Amino acid sequence: MTVPERTLPGKTVPGKTVPKRVVVVGHGMVGHRFVEALLARDTAGAWGITVLSEEPRPAYDRVALSSVFDGADEMSLRLPALDAARVDLRLGVRAESVDRAARVVRTGDGERIGYDELVLATGSYPFVPPVPGHDAPGCFVYRTLDDLAAIKKLCSSGAGVVIGGGLLGLEAANALRLLGLDPHVVEMAPHLMAVQVDAGGGALLGRLVTDLGVTVHCGIGTARVLTDPASGQASGVELTDGTVISASVVVFATGVRPRDQLARDMGVAIGPRGGVVVNEACRSVSDERVWAIGEVACADGVVYGLVAPGYAMAETVADRLAGGAAAFSGADLSAKLKLLGVDVASFGDAHGRTPGALCVTLNDPVRRAYGKLVISDDAATLLGGILVGDAGRYPMLRALVGSPLPADPSALLAPEGAGASGDGGAGLAGLPDSAQVCSCNAVTKGDLLTAITSGAARDVAGLAACTRAGTGCGSCVPALKQLLGVAGVAQSTAICEHLRASRAELYEIIGGAGIRTFTELITRYGRGRGCDICKPAVASILASLHTGDHILDGERGALQDTNDRHLANMQRNGTYSVVPRIPGGEITPAKLMVIARVAEDFGLYTKITGGQRIDLLGARLEQLPLIWKRLTDAGFESGHAYGKALRTVKSCVGSAWCRYGVQDSVGLAIELELRYRGLRSPHKLKGGVSGCARECAEARSKDFGVIATENGWNLYVGGNGGFRPRHAELLVADVPTDELITIIDRFLMFYIRTADRLQRTAAWIESMDGGLEHLRDVIVADRLGICADLDAAMARHVADYRDEWKAVLADPQRLARFASFVNAPAAPDPAISFTVERGQKIPNRPLLPLEVL
Amino acid sequence: MSIQAIEATVVRVPRSALVPEQGAAVLLPSGKSAAVFMLHDGSVHAVGNLDPFYGAPVICHGIVGDRSGAPTVASPLGKQVFCLRTGACLDDGTVSLPVFPVAADDDMIHLSIPVHEAETDALTS
Ligand SMILES: Cc1cc2nc3c(=O)[nH]c(=O)nc-3n(C[C@H](O)[C@H](O)[C@H](O)COP(=O)(O)OP(=O)(O)OC[C@H]3O[C@@H](n4cnc5c(N)ncnc54)[C@H](O)[C@@H]3O)c2cc1C
Ligand code: SF4
Ligand code: FES
Repeated sequence: MTVPERTLPGKTVPGKTVPKRVVVVGHGMVGHRFVEALLARDTAGAWGITVLSEEPRPAYDRVALSSVFDGADEMSLRLPALDAARVDLRLGVRAESVDRAARVVRTGDGERIGYDELVLATGSYPFVPPVPGHDAPGCFVYRTLDDLAAIKKLCSSGAGVVIGGGLLGLEAANALRLLGLDPHVVEMAPHLMAVQVDAGGGALLGRLVTDLGVTVHCGIGTARVLTDPASGQASGVELTDGTVISASVVVFATGVRPRDQLARDMGVAIGPRGGVVVNEACRSVSDERVWAIGEVACADGVVYGLVAPGYAMAETVADRLAGGAAAFSGADLSAKLKLLGVDVASFGDAHGRTPGALCVTLNDPVRRAYGKLVISDDAATLLGGILVGDAGRYPMLRALVGSPLPADPSALLAPEGAGASGDGGAGLAGLPDSAQVCSCNAVTKGDLLTAITSGAARDVAGLAACTRAGTGCGSCVPALKQLLGVAGVAQSTAICEHLRASRAELYEIIGGAGIRTFTELITRYGRGRGCDICKPAVASILASLHTGDHILDGERGALQDTNDRHLANMQRNGTYSVVPRIPGGEITPAKLMVIARVAEDFGLYTKITGGQRIDLLGARLEQLPLIWKRLTDAGFESGHAYGKALRTVKSCVGSAWCRYGVQDSVGLAIELELRYRGLRSPHKLKGGVSGCARECAEARSKDFGVIATENGWNLYVGGNGGFRPRHAELLVADVPTDELITIIDRFLMFYIRTADRLQRTAAWIESMDGGLEHLRDVIVADRLGICADLDAAMARHVADYRDEWKAVLADPQRLARFASFVNAPAAPDPAISFTVERGQKIPNRPLLPLEVL
Repeated sequence: MSIQAIEATVVRVPRSALVPEQGAAVLLPSGKSAAVFMLHDGSVHAVGNLDPFYGAPVICHGIVGDRSGAPTVASPLGKQVFCLRTGACLDDGTVSLPVFPVAADDDMIHLSIPVHEAETDALTS
C-alpha cells in the first residue's frame, strides 16, 4: 500500500535526505514540551514534526486552568507558540486510529499521515463514577478550557456541589465560590486531599476551607444526582446516608484515567490500571516506533498525574530521538499547591512508608499551620513531609530530601521569624549542589549556581531563561530569589539612575530621616537632579508623609507629574479635564445644574465617567482656576481624577431603594470616599460598595470592594479593570462597619508604604511572600505589630485633609502656576484649536511635526 | 545652511518669573511658544514648546531632570526625554526640539528667536 506522504514545506531539499517524520498525538502540556525539546536538540532539521491536537486551540497551561475564574484568559494561559516553519500543528484534528504495520495515523477528517516515530501524549480524561443522573444537564467535569467555559457560562445562584475532595475538587469548589455559589465538597475518604496529606493535615485543611465558606462532607459517598422532573436538569445530590444537598451545579472531580483507547485499539501493551506500558526510554514495550509520555504513559507500573514527571518523559524521548540515551527513572511527586488560598505541600515520602521511618509533627492551631517531617530511622536523613496552612518552608525542605538534617527537625517546622522574608536562604546555603530546587524542571542548586556565577543569570527571569527553573508551578521562585541572594547577586531594586533604592525603601528613608525636600534626599542619598521616574515617586511619598502640606508648594511643584502639576488631567492637545468629586455617585439636581452651567459657559465637552461622576474636558490652563472658582463656590471639591490617589468609591442604590438591598451601600460609599479623598498612593485607587450579593456596583473589580451581607460587610481586595482585569479576593467576611473601615485603613496604608512605584494593589498582593494570607496576617491579625502605626497614619490623613483646589484659589503664588504664558498670563494659546463632533467640541488633530518630516 | 543669514528678534522674560526646575511657556511673536527652564544651578535653557509626538504645546510642563548628567525635560504626554542643551530626543534619534539661544543676567533672560523660527533646526546643527 502506498501512503500519501506529507512532508513539511521547505523540508524536502533536493539532494538532501528527507527528514524523518515524528507524529505527536495530543498537544497538551507534555506534548508541547516534547516538541520544544526536540526542536532545541534537532538543530540540523533531521525531523519533520506533525502535532495533532484534538482541542481547537494550541497547548495551554492546564495547571493554571483555574485562574480563568480569577481573570486570566486563554491568551494568558497559552504556552509559547511553536515555530510554525518547523512544526505542522493541526488544531481540532483527532487521531482516530493507527495502522502500526503501515506506520500511518488516520485522523478524524480521514487524512492518513505517515510516521517514522509516533509519540502518544493524549493525557487523561476525567473519570465520572456511574452514579444515577451523572450525565444530567448541570453536571460538569473539570479538565479543559471548554469545560471551564461551560461552568462559567452558568448564571446561577444558591449551592453547587463538587464530588471529590482532592486537588481538582478543591480548585473546582473555589471556582464555584468565585462564581457566587455556596460550594459543597463531597469526599469519600475520611479527609480532604487524602493523596497528598495525612489525617492531621487533612483536618486542618478541612477547617481552613470551611472558614472560607465551603461546606465539607467527608467519609461519605454520593448515591445519585437528583434531577428536576420537568426539565431533567440536575437539582442536587443525595449522599449515601440519605442527606440531600440541593444544587443547580454538580462538578465531578473524582480523578482521571489515562486516555489510552487509541493505544488499546493499536494493540500495544496497557498497564493494569490503564496507560501505555513503556520502558525507561518511554518507549512502548510492544512497538519500538511508539512512545508514550505524560499522563497516558505507565512507567514502571506508575501513571503519573502531575506535569513534572511528564516533562521529564518528554525530555527523555526528545533526547532518544536525537540519538541520546536519556532514561526516565521515576519522578518525585512533591507538590506545593494553593487551594482557596490555603497552602498545601507534600514532598518525598510524605506518608512515612519507608520502613522504620519516624515522624515529627507540629500542629499549631493558633497560627493555623500543620507540619510533618518524615525522617529516617536513625533520625539523620529527611525523607519527606507535609505542610498545611503555611508552606513557606517548602522549597527549602523539599530540596533537603535525602540529605542529612541540618538542624533539629522541630526547628525546621517552627514558624519563620515574623516579618522577615524567611531565613530559608541559610537553609539553602547549606544544601549540597545536587539538591533539586525546581522539581518541575529538575533543576539542581548546582545548575542554578553555575548559571549565576557564570554571569548568565542575574535575576529570576534570567534563571528561568537559562535553566527553565520557576517556569512550571512557580513554587520554587522564592527559593530562586534566596539563591541569588546567597550567591551575592544583589537584585537591583533601584527605581532609576538617580536613587538606588526601591519605592518602599525610599518611603522608609524619607520617613525615618525626616526628609522634607527632594534636594535634601538626592544630595544625601542619590545623585544628579532626578527624572520623571523618581521625582513623582518622591512627590507621592512626601504627600503621604506630610499630609498637611500642599503638593504644589515650594520645590514640590516641580516634582509633580503631568496631571498633578496643574491638578487636572492633561489631554492629548494640551488642554485639561475637570472632574469634581461626586462622592458615591450621589448628586442633587441643583449641583448637576451647576456642572451643566459651568460646562456651557466655558464650552467644555462633557462625559459621564465609569466612576459615577462627570468629566468636563477641553479646559485651557488659564481657565482652570476660573472653572474651579465656580465649582468650589457651589460646594464641589477636587475629585483627584488627576492623582495617583483615591479616585471614587462607586456604589449601587442599595437598601434605600433597591428591593434586594440588605445594607445602605450609598451611605457607606460616601463615608469611604470622604474618608480617603486626597490619599496619595503608588497608583490610582478605586473602591466600590454593593448593597447585596448581586454586586451591581462591580465592587470586585476595584482595589477595595465591599459587598453587603445580612450580617455586615464582606471586604474584597486587589481587583482592577484595565489591561489585565482582576477580581478582588475576599479578605474578611461579615464584619461590622467600624471594623471594616479599620481594615480598609490598614490595607491602604500598608499598600502606600510598601508597594512599588505604579504597582496596583493586585500586583502588590501577588508579589508579597505569602500573598493574601500574609496580608491578612499583617493587617487583621497584626502579626508584624504595625497596625497601630498604620491606624495613626490614616488618622493623620483624615485630620489633615484640605481641598487642594480651594487651597490654590486662596493663594496668589499657587495661582501663578496657571498662567498660559509668563509674558501673557491670560492669553489663550493660539496653538490649541477644536472641531465639533456629535454636537460637542473635540481637539483638532494637529498635523504632527513628525508627519511633516 | 548659513547661519549668519538668520534674522532674530529678542524676547525678554524677567528671571523672577521663573521657578527653578519648572518650565514656563513664552509666547513668541509668531503665535508659537518656547519652553523656558531655569535649572537648579541658575542656568537657563529654551526649546520649542510643541511636543513633536502629539503636536500639543506642552513641553514647558514636563519634568526637568538629568540623564547621565545632561539636563533633560520629559514630555508630559508621552514621557519621551529631550536634552535641554541640544534639543535632541534621547529616546528617538529621529526627533528633536528647536533650541533657542539664551543670554541671561541676574534680572533678565533674553531669548533670540529667529524670524522664521520654523527653520530653527539649523541652529542646533
Ligand atoms: C484544574 C487542574 C489543575 C492541575 N493542577 C496541577 C498542579 O498544580 N500540579 C501538577 O503537577 N499538575 C496539575 N494538574 C495536572 C496536569 O495538568 C497534567 O499532569 C498535565 O496537563 C498532563 O499533560 P499531558 O500533556 O500528559 O495531558 P493533557 O494536558 O491532558 O494533554 C493531552 C491532550 O491530548 C489531546 N488528545 C487526546 N486524545 C487525542 C487524540 N486521539 N488526538 C489528538 N489529540 C488528542 C487532548 O485533547 C489534550 O489536549 C492539574 C490538572 C487540572 C485539570
Ligand atoms: S447590588 Fe443588590 S442592593 Fe445593590 S442595586 Fe444590585 S440588587 Fe440592589
Ligand atoms: S518547582 Fe515548579 S516551577 Fe520550579
